[in-house]
Amino acid sequence: MFESIDMSLVDWSRGQFALTAMFHWVFVPLTLGLSFIVAFMHTIYFRTGQEEWKKMTKFWMKLFGINFAIGVATGIILEFEFGTNWSNYSWFVGDIFGTPLAVEGIFAFFLESTFIAIMFFGWNKVSKRFHLAASWLTAFGANLSAVWILVANSWMQNPVGTVFNPLTARNEMTSFWDVALSETAVIKFLHTITSSFLLASIFVIGVSAWFLLKNREVLFARRSTIIAGVFGVLAALVTILTGDSSARDIARTQPMKLAAIEGLFDGQTRAPLLAIGALRRDATKMPDGNEKFIFKIGFPGVLSYMVHLDTDGFVPGISDLVYGNEEQGILSYEERIERGSVAIQTLKEMKRAKDRGDEVTYAAMAEKFSDPKWVEDYFQHFGFGYFKKADLDDLIPNVKLNFYSFHIMVILGVHFLILSAIALWLAMRNRWGNHKWLLWIALLSIPLPWIASQAGWVVAELGRQPWVVYELMPTIAAVTRLDAGAVQLTFWIFTLTFSALFIAEIKIMLSQIKKGPGGH
Amino acid sequence: MFGNLSHLALQQYWYVIVALLGSLLVFLFFVQGGQTFLFSIGKSENERTILVNVLGRKWEFTFTTLVTFGGAFFASFPLFYATSFGGAYWVWIIILFAFVIQAVSYEFRTKASNFLGKKTYETFLFVNGMAGTFLIGVAVATFFSGSQFALDEMNSVTWQTRARGLEAVFSVFNLSLGFTVFFLARVLGLLYFLNNIDNNNIIQRTKKQLLYNVIPFVLFFLLFTVLLMLRDGYAVNPDTGEVFMEPYKYFNNLVQMPLVLVIFLGGVMMVLGGILTSLLRDYSNGIWFAGPGTVLVVFSLFMLAGFNNTAFYPSAYDLQSSLTIQNASSSHYTLVSMSYVSMFVPFIFAYIWFAWRSLNRKKVTEEEMKEDAHY
Repeated sequence: MFESIDMSLVDWSRGQFALTAMFHWVFVPLTLGLSFIVAFMHTIYFRTGQEEWKKMTKFWMKLFGINFAIGVATGIILEFEFGTNWSNYSWFVGDIFGTPLAVEGIFAFFLESTFIAIMFFGWNKVSKRFHLAASWLTAFGANLSAVWILVANSWMQNPVGTVFNPLTARNEMTSFWDVALSETAVIKFLHTITSSFLLASIFVIGVSAWFLLKNREVLFARRSTIIAGVFGVLAALVTILTGDSSARDIARTQPMKLAAIEGLFDGQTRAPLLAIGALRRDATKMPDGNEKFIFKIGFPGVLSYMVHLDTDGFVPGISDLVYGNEEQGILSYEERIERGSVAIQTLKEMKRAKDRGDEVTYAAMAEKFSDPKWVEDYFQHFGFGYFKKADLDDLIPNVKLNFYSFHIMVILGVHFLILSAIALWLAMRNRWGNHKWLLWIALLSIPLPWIASQAGWVVAELGRQPWVVYELMPTIAAVTRLDAGAVQLTFWIFTLTFSALFIAEIKIMLSQIKKGPGGH
Repeated sequence: MFGNLSHLALQQYWYVIVALLGSLLVFLFFVQGGQTFLFSIGKSENERTILVNVLGRKWEFTFTTLVTFGGAFFASFPLFYATSFGGAYWVWIIILFAFVIQAVSYEFRTKASNFLGKKTYETFLFVNGMAGTFLIGVAVATFFSGSQFALDEMNSVTWQTRARGLEAVFSVFNLSLGFTVFFLARVLGLLYFLNNIDNNNIIQRTKKQLLYNVIPFVLFFLLFTVLLMLRDGYAVNPDTGEVFMEPYKYFNNLVQMPLVLVIFLGGVMMVLGGILTSLLRDYSNGIWFAGPGTVLVVFSLFMLAGFNNTAFYPSAYDLQSSLTIQNASSSHYTLVSMSYVSMFVPFIFAYIWFAWRSLNRKKVTEEEMKEDAHY
């Protein structure tokens, strides 16, 4: 039945979701990080009672509020789009998303939205202690909101804790804790949250640098830099550590993604970690023996070490995964397509038997789905059954995009660590304002964490392709059957709206920043 | 504790929770209703600022309840989410759009360099109040009147009309609920103003508007109720799961579930009582009767749609594709684990109540707005 899927529908639907998700992610990481920075400042004000700290809290809180609103506005679109544009996916994964969503709705959303009102309106209305509590609860609520959507996303990367129910044609959860606390989920959460803290820190350091360059609000800028510096250095360290764990996790759960982001076409022992490199223009993603790189500089054995904690470990390349590698016990994609087709055929026969009332065949077919051996041999490859042997390259993600996104993210991550460390060190010695060129670097670095953060999501989501649920459900099977024209229309409506909102947001932010903490 | 419950009991428990969230949402639409009066009651800049600020303290609740209502529906009845959202594409996209423009408007309206101008954001709020309430009313009406879809063996939806759900506005029945929700939201918005604003001009105009809006609300509500009681409904054979048409199904449901009848009648009386005391006497707490009354009425309607062997999201095109609380739900395991989470709901209500009270102790005046307007 999937032969009839219109590819332009799939592309427009993906485009629309990517547009919304990436636009949402412009605002969310800043909100996540700023909420805690504001809560820290608020705490210091509560302790010291100094007006300067109140001024600071209010200034950053205002920027937080502007961002928060637009983050909320774009967040609801994502929730709706699961249903409107990915309805088959919604049914297929609904049973797994259920509990995380319930937890998120009940614990996080209301926490956030209730206390944000108190945080903004409470200055003269509630007690100082309650007001401070509201700032912290808002920060926790906002960050808790991120937990569950990341759990859901991790499950799409690494579908654990579930079993396929052939009667309902969907995956059903068998262990909530396996889903919520899978290694993939924990690492992803920590990496995403701390990189958001880092983004907010670089933002605060950069904006403060602007005040110092203008020689305005010097005390405010210095103190803000110190708070953001501490926050930034810690966040950068955890981001880098969890990034490293993430590589190990991906090697285990999504070897194809790892091969793509490192541009590793042929597997090897002592596999190098590339520091930098450029792919040839004519390099295809299929491994064909041709040289793919113009140049590459790497550290031999480091990738093997990251994956196996042993420099001699074998890391499979795209070629090993596509064509198989008997020595390493890797099945070829052709073989997996064949086995996947058997699984799909079995499901169809089961349904047909049910329709004609043939209970015996029906029971025999249903039985297979609960036989662990059959599940391992056949059902595990279910998703592959949607593909054709002639189109093996459909099964490889976009190597160039993944390779560059990954390396840009890593290089920028190191830059942020160095920048926040220097800013913190100098600001504590009251010398941060003495070096104009450093302030300029800090100011010009403001957009960079956004680039790094978006690049990270490109790796996570495009590296997962062609799957929506890794190796179980292909993206083409997940889409709602609509006229491509309808999706095209909504795509452009969203583009127009987002552009207007983006301009408004930037203009409002700039004017608020220019007013400074003293302005009204 | 929940693990021992049957799958059906859990499905019913979650349908009740979803229904409660939906009912609460309609009550909280007072924010949307209030937004439609920005121009007719707020004649001056100052008056509009007062209106926006009293509504602005509550818009997040409505928005969050909408998100949670959607989330809870997705979580407990994913097949409904997949079928309705994917199928009635245009209805949901327009509703979605109406809420996207709301979320930014409060925050951006009075900010310097806001690009689109104050008036645009006020218009966004107005549009949200109109389209959001009306279309959700129309969409919920299809719970009784049915839609044009079929499901295949993988439970994938095929919608039969190119209008993708917008065809629902060509039915008098669906329209009657759409307008009922719209005028109800306006009435609740007015009652909320009476409860929270201390400004003579605004209060006088609010009272006048209350009279103008109560009449259409009552008429549309009567029309809807009569049509609902008279129409055939989508019944389910509990033994075979087969769906068939039953004459006067929703009237029968009301009679066969006396508790629902009591809830329905009690709710109607509370809504009317809240409105009438506000109209006839100088009473500003009408919202505290009409609001909970709304919750009760909407809740009873959800019960009529889904309980007593009724298909809550029926297909008029292919009866057997209709969704019931049994064939559209999540697995037993998932419903059990969600149920444990739901035990925290009373705690959430408690802090929401506490927070609400702490901000609404005094009515808002023009003087206060001069020094302490956030939006």
